[in-house]
Amino acid sequence: MDRLETTCFRLGLSSGTTSLARDTTHLGFARVSSLRSAQMDWQGQKGAEIVMQIMLVVFAIAGLGIGYTIGSFPTMMLTYAGGVVLTALITVPNWPFFNRRPLKWLDPSEAERHPKPQVNVAAASKKKAPKHK
Amino acid sequence: MHSFSYRANAVVTFAVTILAVMCGMASLSDNFNSPSPTADVKVLNINWFQKQPNGNDEVSLTLNISADLSSLFTWNTKQVFVFVAAEYGTPQNALNQVSLWDGIIQSKEHAKFWIHTTNKYRFTDQGNNLRGKDFNLTLHWHIMPKTGKMFADKIVMTGYSLPEEYR
Repeated sequence: MDRLETTCFRLGLSSGTTSLARDTTHLGFARVSSLRSAQMDWQGQKGAEIVMQIMLVVFAIAGLGIGYTIGSFPTMMLTYAGGVVLTALITVPNWPFFNRRPLKWLDPSEAERHPKPQVNVAAASKKKAPKHK
Repeated sequence: MHSFSYRANAVVTFAVTILAVMCGMASLSDNFNSPSPTADVKVLNINWFQKQPNGNDEVSLTLNISADLSSLFTWNTKQVFVFVAAEYGTPQNALNQVSLWDGIIQSKEHAKFWIHTTNKYRFTDQGNNLRGKDFNLTLHWHIMPKTGKMFADKIVMTGYSLPEEYR
């Protein structure tokens, strides 16, 4: 498990999106409705950001190069505009390939078996040495 | 990047920022252009040369303006604004510049031109100093870009002069 998952486990957190996460992993394909309702998993978000940045820069350079070489300013603008639309279509909707590595949220029944640690009374904790948890 | 609207906002903002950078680079590319324009203005006739009731001299000229400004155009040029000005000095003003004609050239194909015309704007002095005056005719141009920096330059043509007496 990665750090985020272990932290969530220790804090006893379970996610309200558990059922939705299960929907997209257990099915071989995601329903179209899940494009809007589910959120991307963390790895997918990072991937979407990188894909967006690279695609936009590549289309900008391609547009500049083609426009300058053939001497047509509108060509540069149209190439870039097409690139922006394509990038938006690929990175903005919650496609299934962005949801391949979802976090395994803590099962609610498991969470009950590990209650949250009690916070000590303020006065008592001040006298305790910092080493104590 | 956790929601649809967040990602949509990220794409739009980054795309517009990159667009600004592209426009800056398009403007920078204009510096690689080394233009070689030519121009020639002939004064064909002094139509009349009078002192106006308010005391100022005024002259009407017929000009033949020919120029080849096609080397000024780049891929980032929207239009070229060109004008002809008469320049001379008087005891009152060290330099007078009077615009006689202007035009807008919107494409490279129209940049090599000649025009036979009277002065579009009145050639009037501040005072009555024009008799026998020697003056220069300068062809100025402003290369107006689609994005970025505007370049302006001129060609100075000397050797013109006005008659000694009113006509």
